Amino acid sequence: MTMLKPLAFLILIVCTTFVVTQCRTIQPNDANLIQQTCKKTPNYALCIQYLNSDPKAPSADVTGLALIMVNVMKNKANIAINKIHQLIGKSPPDQKATLNSCASKYNAIVVADIPSAIEALQKGNPKFAEQGANDAANEANSCENGFSGKSPLTAENNAMYDVSVITSAIVRLLL
Amino acid sequence: MDRTNNSNHDVPFSYVSLPIGPHEDEAPVESRGKWKARPVVFCGLLVLVSLVAFNGYKGSNGNITTLTSNEDLKQKTIPSHKWKPVSRGVSAGVSEKSNRLFTKSNNIGGMLFPWNNTMLAWQRTAFHFQPEENWMNDPNGPLYYKGWYHFFYQYNPNGAFWGDIVWGHAVSRDLIHWIHLPLAMVADEWYDQNGVWTGSATILPNGDIIMLYTGATDALVQVQNLAYPADLSDPLLIDWIKYPKNPVLVPPPEIEVYDFRDPTTAWLTSQGKWRISIGSKMNKTGIALVYDTKDFKTFERIEGILHAVPKTGMWECVDFFPVSTKLDIGLDTSARGDDVKYVMKVSLDDDRHDYYALGTYDENGVDFVPDDTNKDVGTGLRYDYGVFYASKTFYDQSKERRVLWSWIGESDSEDADVAKGWASLMGIPRTIVFDKKTGSNLLQWPVEEVERLRMKRCKFHNEKVMPGSVVLLNIGSASQLDIEAEFNIDKKDIEKIKQTNEEYNCETSGGAANRGALGPFGLLVLADEGLSEYTPIYFYVVKGSNGNLKTSFCSDQSRSSLATDVDKSIFGSTVPVLEGEKLSLRILVDHSIVESFAQGGRTCVTSRVYPTTAIYENAQLFLFNNATEATVTASLNVWHMNSAFINDKQVKLKS
Repeated sequence: MTMLKPLAFLILIVCTTFVVTQCRTIQPNDANLIQQTCKKTPNYALCIQYLNSDPKAPSADVTGLALIMVNVMKNKANIAINKIHQLIGKSPPDQKATLNSCASKYNAIVVADIPSAIEALQKGNPKFAEQGANDAANEANSCENGFSGKSPLTAENNAMYDVSVITSAIVRLLL
Repeated sequence: MDRTNNSNHDVPFSYVSLPIGPHEDEAPVESRGKWKARPVVFCGLLVLVSLVAFNGYKGSNGNITTLTSNEDLKQKTIPSHKWKPVSRGVSAGVSEKSNRLFTKSNNIGGMLFPWNNTMLAWQRTAFHFQPEENWMNDPNGPLYYKGWYHFFYQYNPNGAFWGDIVWGHAVSRDLIHWIHLPLAMVADEWYDQNGVWTGSATILPNGDIIMLYTGATDALVQVQNLAYPADLSDPLLIDWIKYPKNPVLVPPPEIEVYDFRDPTTAWLTSQGKWRISIGSKMNKTGIALVYDTKDFKTFERIEGILHAVPKTGMWECVDFFPVSTKLDIGLDTSARGDDVKYVMKVSLDDDRHDYYALGTYDENGVDFVPDDTNKDVGTGLRYDYGVFYASKTFYDQSKERRVLWSWIGESDSEDADVAKGWASLMGIPRTIVFDKKTGSNLLQWPVEEVERLRMKRCKFHNEKVMPGSVVLLNIGSASQLDIEAEFNIDKKDIEKIKQTNEEYNCETSGGAANRGALGPFGLLVLADEGLSEYTPIYFYVVKGSNGNLKTSFCSDQSRSSLATDVDKSIFGSTVPVLEGEKLSLRILVDHSIVESFAQGGRTCVTSRVYPTTAIYENAQLFLFNNATEATVTASLNVWHMNSAFINDKQVKLKS
């Protein structure tokens, strides 16, 4: 009878160890990975905000985190496109041309940069994803510059730019 | 596509032997003997001769075209306002060093340049290889077979951006005039479903052609596959068969499944086996794996690696080949001997540049040893200091030369690429030989066949260019040029200036606007007459301690365009100039690509240029000298270049 106590204790230790190690494989370091990754981007807070709001992030590797950010880029681009469409009808003439140029730029982001980046990340050729993210940032920057300071798209352009440079920095970690 | 800028070349030029005076028409009449129409022929010839003579005389004084006027030769300083950054509004925002990412600017008064079709159409090249539309990247499997040069390339049939990659195919008799053929390979097997990527050709002694290429499988693993022509009796090699038991190589266990690509051409070992190399990485060390095979179907992993260099990252597009140290010819990839050195070349994923090192190869030890460990693979010399990546050589057995192909990407925005419907070019193929004079680098030079495109030549001899002057060269429209130039700095100027510890670096120099005692001087290409846009290609000489001269060769895109959404880096490097050598350069200008070669190809710089104004008949060529002390004497030959009409021909095949 007295043997049972140490035996039970032993079983308890073994089980606890087992459970703890299993827990670690489910949540290896990923809260840490998100933080480590975001530290290497120009905008830590924004990076954390976007990644933390995606349920896939905690179990993603760096490629997965990059793909999440590319998806955020896609959303930002579509938001900008919608805003441009809203504005174009009622914009003053001097803005119309610029809005059209911006529409073209955001279209390029959506039809070229984003698909290229997704394919590049999925297939293990990350440099084309970095190129796409850099280009998206440049397009947003060019769009903003085109308004000579009176931009109706500043929030959207800033968002696009910020998200793109974060994405680019994350992709750089894969190279 | 608008190719009408060639229209001013419809007039007969001086390469056709022209009688210059009326007395030269007697000969044809004499040899014809009795003929009733003789007087008519005589008169017709007289008319023709005078027309031609009038044209030839009007255009220039024979072959020597003078500069615009004496005024231009006087001490005309470059107006300082013209040398300030031209991109309005984007103040300090555009960083020369950034890899195509502009820093965000809080700018005011920025100007957006909506690219119009006229500007975009001008960008298409006249004599560089490019498909009719869409995206292209790495050159693949170049080879010479049965009288034809074959060229394959990474191609996206669906857009002007990377993706959905398949193998394009084209053939040529002369490496310049190309005929597009149907796609050679598409992504139709599980082992290349996600990409038919880069590969190389090996021609076996019995005439078989082996193509090894990387496939991205349905499970996104990078593997190597074998393919071969369906019909070797077809010189156009239209159809290709993929080996049914592909893949022939899968990533070894210690390598990541996405770090295993771009197999090389094979070379014969002394054991009679074929050996290939595949680039990869372990952590941040770039490495080259080695495999042997007898039949290209089963491979044996050779222990160790051909070479490794820490901190260089993933090695893409490895190339490994012998060069002769004695002869100016190329060598077969399997050549070996006493007068042979080896070149190891890699494309670094990290910085998108191609590096090479010269060294020795120990077959038994499977070891490449660089001649200079300070200039190792990935840390030393580059093939080209501009936009130039994923390059690959092949041995052209018909002319005993080694020829280099390279992918030249765009430096503009994706928006422009989508609008113009295409992205990327190939550089003009270059021969590669060992530089016997320095013993420590390669020489690259455009293949001689490109010279067949030369038309009218304008020659300038010993033009003195004073410090701080710009000289318009009156050659006419300047979008398609082949330029050979030599420069001499007055010895007295060199002697009188002080020695300096200056280390000039093209990339951080601020470009041609920043004046030194002995530089910069050179040419302004794709420049408009008002100099609102121009691209200086120049030398910059520094007199260091011991009075030794150090020369840099640069291509400056910082003022190449008024547009704000194009890359405006400055590219270049130092170039060895030996005792007694003049400074010499060659430039190929072909619309939006400029390829520059210094000292016979010791240092090469390729750049992409996208002017908004200096296009069509507004594109001009200038000589310039922005040094403060040196008077420079320049002699040049400038040829107008014909088009190669690459995208005017389509081979339509019966199915």
